[in-house]
Amino acid sequence: MKSRFDVAIALAYRQTTVLLKNPSIFLPPMLFPLMNLLAFAGGLSRLRHVPGFDFHGGYTAFTFVFVLLQSAAFGGVFAGFGIARDFERGFAKRLLVSAPHRGGILMGYALASLVRWAMIAIVLTIVGLLAGMQIGGSGIDIFGLYALGVIFNLVGLLWAAGVATRFRSVQAAPLMQTPVFIVLFLSPVYVPLHLLQGWIHAVARLNPFTFLVEAGRGLIEGRPTQVATAFGVAAALLVVASVWARTGLARAERAG
Amino acid sequence: MSGERNHGIEVEGLVRAFKDVRAVDGIDLRIEPGEIYGFLGPNGAGKSTTVHMLTTLLPPTAGRATVAGFDVAREGPKVRASIGAALQETALDPFLSGREHLRLQSSLHGIRGQTRKELIETLLARVGLTSAGDRKIRTYSGGMKRRLDLALALIHNPQILFLDEPTTGLDPQSRTALWEEVGRLARDEGVTVFLTTQYLEEADVLADRVGIIDHGKIVAEGTPARLKAEIGKATIEVVPEQNADRERLAALLGRFGEETAARPGAYAVQLDGHGKLPDVIRALDNEDVRAAEINLHQPTLDDVFLAKTGRTLEGAEDA
Amino acid sequence: MKTTLRQTWLIARRSIIRTFRQPGVFIPPLTFPLMLMAVNSNGLRAATHLPGFPTHSFLAFFLPFSFMQGALFASGIAGTDFARDIDTGFLNRLALTPIRGSALLLGQIGGALGIGAVQAVLYLSVGLAAGVRIHAGIAGAFVILILALLIAIGFGTLGLWIALRTGSGEGVQSQFPLLFFLLFISSMNLPRNLIEVRWFRDIATINPTSYLIEALRSLVIEGWNGQALGLGFGFTFALIAGSLLLATRQLKIRMART
Repeated sequence: MKSRFDVAIALAYRQTTVLLKNPSIFLPPMLFPLMNLLAFAGGLSRLRHVPGFDFHGGYTAFTFVFVLLQSAAFGGVFAGFGIARDFERGFAKRLLVSAPHRGGILMGYALASLVRWAMIAIVLTIVGLLAGMQIGGSGIDIFGLYALGVIFNLVGLLWAAGVATRFRSVQAAPLMQTPVFIVLFLSPVYVPLHLLQGWIHAVARLNPFTFLVEAGRGLIEGRPTQVATAFGVAAALLVVASVWARTGLARAERAG
Repeated sequence: MSGERNHGIEVEGLVRAFKDVRAVDGIDLRIEPGEIYGFLGPNGAGKSTTVHMLTTLLPPTAGRATVAGFDVAREGPKVRASIGAALQETALDPFLSGREHLRLQSSLHGIRGQTRKELIETLLARVGLTSAGDRKIRTYSGGMKRRLDLALALIHNPQILFLDEPTTGLDPQSRTALWEEVGRLARDEGVTVFLTTQYLEEADVLADRVGIIDHGKIVAEGTPARLKAEIGKATIEVVPEQNADRERLAALLGRFGEETAARPGAYAVQLDGHGKLPDVIRALDNEDVRAAEINLHQPTLDDVFLAKTGRTLEGAEDA
Repeated sequence: MKTTLRQTWLIARRSIIRTFRQPGVFIPPLTFPLMLMAVNSNGLRAATHLPGFPTHSFLAFFLPFSFMQGALFASGIAGTDFARDIDTGFLNRLALTPIRGSALLLGQIGGALGIGAVQAVLYLSVGLAAGVRIHAGIAGAFVILILALLIAIGFGTLGLWIALRTGSGEGVQSQFPLLFFLLFISSMNLPRNLIEVRWFRDIATINPTSYLIEALRSLVIEGWNGQALGLGFGFTFALIAGSLLLATRQLKIRMART
């Protein structure tokens, strides 16, 4: 058991050091959510005057929840790029040969992904507060919001890891991020679910991410709704993504 | 006059400085038409900077150079029309085919129509790429890329050819094939070749004359044979039959030259003069030192290179 | 002149061929803006209920944004490819031929234009098929294509300048978020008079990309609006002139042949 954590911590340390030394890898996942936050909170705030818009915590808080969860997912996906790069350069192969516990490898990447997202989340939160974000929820509510972010970050990472271990090339990057992008934007991004019309309403209602973002908005507003359902959905996603990543790793191992 | 093949390369006091560093520090060269000139030097010695100046890609900071009779600083377009260059980077587009490269390059040189078509086929055949001509470059091996590079450099029938480390990273077979083609160009078509290389063997086999550059200055120049005779000395290495004879062997050989590095169990000296081998053998016989093995190494350009650019020489000077 | 034109064509053709031989390079710029258009035109449809919103179709309002996005992608492709040429020494190979500097730049821009043309026609066709009505009519659609191509030329040239300055594909890529940022802080999602956060409205007002979007948008949702078109074309020409000047100067430094 001990060696599994040793592998995880050593790998996470290596990933985080590589990250901090390379601004070109580190900055894009930080900049895009920031850009979205500024563009949505600054440019779209009048949407709260649309008849039926029933979120009362201000448009910045409304949009912050989406951007925070988006940054969590993409933080995980970008960490997945790193896994693909490691396979391309042969580092992952060495790791598979030398690490006694496969689980430790995924755990290490996951830990690094969380560290990376933590940095992004801190910056986003500071910028959100500076932009006048109102927080109606209690400490526990906010803890719940960030906990959803943590789970979603891991889901993003494990999804990307599953793709990375199957293709073992950075060329597969679009395949890692495009589906995540589609899932994120086929949800109530700019207005609450009931204000969506037509096909997008039908799709968003079935989209698991919708449960997370709607529950997150309830938490930040201080009117938690469907929180248990959201955590249930998040946990289910985590289980599915773990299986996807573990089978991918096994396949990479067989491929040698 | 200048357009004919009766001009080579003339360089006087050529300098190129990058901020405080003088990458090329006042070199003089004279290369005759039809000559193959090997430009030797370690990485960062100033070889590529010299080539970039002579091919007009980089303006000199000071000095003068004419290539094919044209001044590199003032008559760039005329110089470019007279030269072909295969520069160090294999600058090929991975998504174009060999034929497409030749078509682009020839069209930019104003060659068109049937002439262009025939020329492309002739060149592809000459470098052995006819069947691979329609394949994308990303499927080419290193040797194929170098050969295409050479064909591209030859497309406008240049009178002077610059080859910047043309065989770096090639397998021995591809290397020999490229040497043969370059030799043929100089011999049969009178093309002047300016070749930079890190491979001493390459300069030895191919070049009529060799220049050695170090820290931006030319430190030696001449035919390979003369340089070797001038600087290099033959080395004799003897393995004694019995280990107990080692000290006597060392004393004996010490009379013929200076000790130099040898294999374990052997003793070696650089011979002071020519034709000393019989004397050494006679001495061994007279003094009853029995040898299990005797080896004589003739000097190579390696020795010249080491003597001219290596730390050993500088160390000896300091001493 | 004839030689310059022939050389420009040779370089442009090579640039277009290599782009279309890399599906990974040209497919995302075609599909990504369409995807965003599909998602946002529905997700933001509620905005049309705001008092003063100029149209009932958010798709019509959002369509011009696709052209802008396409232009930025074209710029990225042109810049990255050119930077690769510098990095690998292909530019030196070209510099040793009798090519003129102007032909080299114009040819590379031609490459961006080729990609821009395919994109613009695709976005417009998809928009029309999805039911967008161009208020300025067929002539208006034609002007949209022209303006979209000019914008692609402007941003494409800017991409070339960045490539010449950094000399590396990674350098070009790392500057791209900045260009996208310009797009994000414009009037891309709402008309400027409906942006209620003051600082954002002020930035969108001084941001030239707002006027490019608004010129395209005016043709779709209003008809012929002289002021919007004047500002749009004016800023586009300024963008082209400015980036051409910068790129030409940088090319002289990068290609210092005698």
